[in-house]
Amino acid sequence: MTRNGSLAFAGHVLDDPESRSTVPLTLDALGPRVPASVVDIVAPDALERARWLGEIGFVPGEPLMVMLRGYGGDPLVVRIGASTFALRRSEAACVRVRLAT
Amino acid sequence: MNQAVVHLHRAGPLVALVGNPNSGKTALFNQLTGSRQKVANYAGVTVERKEGRFVTRGGRALRMLDLPGAYSLHPRSPDERITSDVLFGRAAAERRPDLVVCVVDATNLRRNLRIVLAVRRLGLPCVVALNMNDLAQRRGIAIDAERLEAELHLPVVPTVAVRSDGADALRALLDDPSIWRRPSIATSAAADAPPDTRGDHAAVRDILARLGIDDAVPHVASDRIDDVVLHPVAGPLILAVVMFLMFQAVFAWAEVPKGAIEAATAWLGHVIGDALPDGRLRSLVVDGLIAGVGGVIVFLPQILILFFFILVLEESGYLPRAAFLLDRLMGGVGLSGRSFIPLLSSFACAIPGIMAARTIADPRDRLVTMMIAPLMTCSARLPVYALLIGAFVPERTLALGVGLQGIVLFALYVAGIGGAFVVAWTLKHLTAQGRVRTLLMELPSYHWPTARNVAIGLWQRAVVFMRRVGTIILALTVLLWFLSSFPAPPPGATGAAIQHSFAGMLGHALAVVFAPIGFNWQISIALVPGLAAREVAVSALGTVYALAATGDDTAQALTPLIAHDWSLATALSLLAWYVFAPQCLSTLATVKRETGGWRMPLVMAGYLFALAYAASFATYRIALLLGAA
Repeated sequence: MTRNGSLAFAGHVLDDPESRSTVPLTLDALGPRVPASVVDIVAPDALERARWLGEIGFVPGEPLMVMLRGYGGDPLVVRIGASTFALRRSEAACVRVRLAT
Repeated sequence: MNQAVVHLHRAGPLVALVGNPNSGKTALFNQLTGSRQKVANYAGVTVERKEGRFVTRGGRALRMLDLPGAYSLHPRSPDERITSDVLFGRAAAERRPDLVVCVVDATNLRRNLRIVLAVRRLGLPCVVALNMNDLAQRRGIAIDAERLEAELHLPVVPTVAVRSDGADALRALLDDPSIWRRPSIATSAAADAPPDTRGDHAAVRDILARLGIDDAVPHVASDRIDDVVLHPVAGPLILAVVMFLMFQAVFAWAEVPKGAIEAATAWLGHVIGDALPDGRLRSLVVDGLIAGVGGVIVFLPQILILFFFILVLEESGYLPRAAFLLDRLMGGVGLSGRSFIPLLSSFACAIPGIMAARTIADPRDRLVTMMIAPLMTCSARLPVYALLIGAFVPERTLALGVGLQGIVLFALYVAGIGGAFVVAWTLKHLTAQGRVRTLLMELPSYHWPTARNVAIGLWQRAVVFMRRVGTIILALTVLLWFLSSFPAPPPGATGAAIQHSFAGMLGHALAVVFAPIGFNWQISIALVPGLAAREVAVSALGTVYALAATGDDTAQALTPLIAHDWSLATALSLLAWYVFAPQCLSTLATVKRETGGWRMPLVMAGYLFALAYAASFATYRIALLLGAA
């Protein structure tokens, strides 16, 4: 994903050397109950979706975890902060994450 | 200080409740206003508007508006747009509130406090109701309300919406004149903050860190329940059982109240019939009004039982789980799990269902959901189904206490759902090529439904239904009685009087159209007033048969009458007709309002009519071939 295509909140692009040096891990690829945190939202084709994800709490640094998946792996149940949301796999693919240390 | 002037307004000061979905906002609203609520729509849009009156501890009468739940003041759906328009003072025919009560879920301040910061920036007087504080304490989240108050520069009161004394602190706070003034410190503090979600989120995190409650505490019990309820195998099975039990209960539990209403209607008919002199007036009152309206009210218990289940499932938090389970299935026909809740509401009535489609952000998904909503078997069809099933399906108990009549009813529901899926699947191939699908739906923590909230919800449904009975159904019943009674038969004419009336002429004309699908002229007459409200068809049949019969039969005797008069093939054909037919003008009117034009309602009426005619034709012909004449 190019820098031009990445979108963080209110026009800021997250300047984090770590997230650029490693292959980005996205939420849809995360195993069940593996603690992680949000790096940024990348949705160049769906800016509205990126903004909405931010509004329900998918903001950089927020802890998250895949709780479980539906039949066939889609949709996913995701814990974000203290809330639980159901997301389609394509939606989860917009969320870049980093494993919690 | 123009707010002070508004306080003297005749209607009383206006308080608006604002909060995230699932923050217990409506429960708090119910707690404060009780049954003194008015349910209507916002001007120009069909978003449900709930206003109530309540009295503070000091005896001050206030108006309270329960705004639709919103995650932010940047609206994504028509529901959320109302909330932000009212708060910004842009909503048509709505006064800007004099005070905003921000309802926050104490177990999830991380997300809930963000909208408080956004509301604070508006500069309206604002207080914070720290709701579900008891749950937060039980989960080990100790919130220091005074320190939170200092952090937010807003008054904070703990509330427990589900406890009868839970809103007392808020009631008392609203007597304090200082909270009705515009906050001075809050507006200046807010002016410095960047007005974006990231800034608000960071601000909330800082506040929670200073209060020592910045750890996200999950609801462990909810997670355990989800492991079972959302299990790939167990989950769908549980859902199927819940739905099946729900529809069995609709029939089984309604027996006793139904019998009571029938007995009362018959008793009233006799008493008034004896008191009135024989003639036109007695015919109007007994055969028209009492038999007609009574024949519709008799289905109120079933409608309430269905709504009872929907309300309990909604309150407990199970409905969004059901939507999650069905997302794949819905995805197969080009919709998302989000369409499930509007479609489930359509089982009670397509109108709230079509209105609930406003929570779907995607315009195409929203339109398709509205188009298929009338295929969900609404409660207005229940009277027709109940009558036909009662007359033609034997009351037999199969294994495990499951009745044959219940199974037939279940099959009718399945037929509607199946039809809806075929339509949605067709539309997917016509309109949804290569689109990105969205779901993004919150799964709130489970909690026990409270009797009070369910009771208020049921009461509102009952009032809406009785209002329909009292207005449109009553008017149509009288109109139909008139059409059935005039002109009087010529002297020396043979047969029932109705055959010579306007209704008879209309029915005979329509019968030509409907003869290929097995409808007789009585059914054809009943379908006409049924256009205004489906259930009217039953009272219409009652009127047609009560007047057509030469003996002293009344609408109560309709069941044995049609069982004798109609063939099984005709009954099955009528059932099939009712699964698909566009038999409801109010639904079409709602679609026109929601889509802003005549195109969609006309498309809807056209396709439903074609579908209904085809289904009835096939049903009738197949039944005849199988010997069900």
